[in-house]
Amino acid sequence: MSVQLTNRAKQVDRKPMTFLESIYLWNIMKGMAITISHLFRKKATINYPEQTRSVSKVWRGLHVLNRDAEGRENCTACGLCAVACPAEAITMEAAERLPGEEHLYREEKYAAKYEINMLRCIFCGLCEEACPKDAIYLSQTIAPSNYARKGFIYKKGDLLIPHPVNEPEAYQKALGEKADNNKIKKEPTIPETA
Amino acid sequence: MSEEKKLFKVTIDNITIDVEPGTTVLNAARQIGGDVTPPAMCYYSKLQGSGGKCRTCLVEVAAGSTADPRPMPKLVASCRTNVMDGMIVKNITSEKVIDARNGVVEFLLINHPLDCPICDQAGECDLQDLGYSHGKEGTRYEFKRRTFEREDIGPYIQLHMTRCILCYRCTYVADQITNTRVHGILDRGDHAEISTYISKAIDNDFSGNMIDVCPVGALTDKTFRFKNRVWFTKPVDAHRDCSTCCGKVTLWQRGDEVLRVTARKDQWNEVQNYDGKPGWICNTCRFDKKKTSDWVIDGLTNISRHSVISQGKYPGLVRPHEMLADVMGGREPKLLMDIHDVSEVNDPSVDLSLIEGPATSKDFEKK
Repeated sequence: MSVQLTNRAKQVDRKPMTFLESIYLWNIMKGMAITISHLFRKKATINYPEQTRSVSKVWRGLHVLNRDAEGRENCTACGLCAVACPAEAITMEAAERLPGEEHLYREEKYAAKYEINMLRCIFCGLCEEACPKDAIYLSQTIAPSNYARKGFIYKKGDLLIPHPVNEPEAYQKALGEKADNNKIKKEPTIPETA
Repeated sequence: MSEEKKLFKVTIDNITIDVEPGTTVLNAARQIGGDVTPPAMCYYSKLQGSGGKCRTCLVEVAAGSTADPRPMPKLVASCRTNVMDGMIVKNITSEKVIDARNGVVEFLLINHPLDCPICDQAGECDLQDLGYSHGKEGTRYEFKRRTFEREDIGPYIQLHMTRCILCYRCTYVADQITNTRVHGILDRGDHAEISTYISKAIDNDFSGNMIDVCPVGALTDKTFRFKNRVWFTKPVDAHRDCSTCCGKVTLWQRGDEVLRVTARKDQWNEVQNYDGKPGWICNTCRFDKKKTSDWVIDGLTNISRHSVISQGKYPGLVRPHEMLADVMGGREPKLLMDIHDVSEVNDPSVDLSLIEGPATSKDFEKK
């Protein structure tokens, strides 16, 4: 005999069921009452993506590479986001701006390649904090799912915000609710001569 | 037999040390080491006549010597002041010194463009360190910062005059290490600038050393320009037989690529000495030997644990034995994704170390 630990143990009732009990009518009705009562409750789910939930102001979603008011890329490939990234998700390669590319890049050095491995990213937002150029920030968009792993390596084209002059509506949409937080600062650019 | 040299007793921040007569206060402090050592932007122990310009090494002399224990009325530049017997020096224990140094740093940064995100010196910059330890968060300067006409001083060295703090170290390198000096300081005062006569690009065999002595990012390696950030490259000590120089260098690698070659630095960020001589390296070693096969690797360079360069580097790292293949009877596990198939960064077809200058959009378009 084992030691009895609690008083909650019940002896199993092994008596044969009566006829009424064996047709389970009462039990089925009890169960259906629970089921039907759920039909009238408030739904816990929403029809994503047609509907979206509101998120807090500090919620961090998909990364965006910012442009300035003229549509030039802010990023100078300084590598601070990559060194701040605890998941080592960010990699980049820098290049020098050629004469004639001034409308594309704000400063003489820019990120020729910029990649975020979203399989690694933990959405901590440290890249946004580290960025001295206001170039990367985490938007309010939920990072989309994908069928293949290779779809999670986000290149610069996937991350760049739409051009504010050429596609103003898409740009405003991409800014999202964070538009107030991420107002484009009209910083004086660093003089060309050096 | 010469009689035993009399040593001078000097007390720096309550630490007493015996040094030879003729030692400067800065060098005496360096013999003690640690926090007691004043920072130095223009003084370079391997260059004669350097020092006395930047004023970051100011110290307070509380007692001149045993014979004349009066304090010196003003703060003195420790790199230019010799010790006296019984001298008492205050560096970090003196509020006056800290206050003056903060002021000096503010002045040094007045015209500095603060373009560290672009600058290749970032991560190993003396002015950055100084700014971190003594600088203010903001600037009180309201005027336009000084700018210069951009000047090309040759295929190997990039001059950014806006970043220059006029320490004159590079001109001493040119004077003392190369055989002819073709660059120097033009103009005076606020307009002073480092320049060459444009017809004479710097092409001396040892001119590359002015990159190493430059405490800021004013002179940087053009062959390394924008290739990578300093802290993402891995410094390894290496050597080769070189007929013109000592051949002992630090390679800054990415994978097996050699992105940059510099002289080996000591704890004061100066070139190391070999057999009593500073280990300057020649331009062939610095700019032309950009393959790992050109070098004999000696091992990972010692980096201070507090430096950002040490991030991601693990000396004495022992990788654990990969067990999966053993368990699976010699079969390698199936890789779900090889990152190199997808990623465009670190593309094997774009060999950054073999591009002469900085990479441009053309280099990345090519493939």
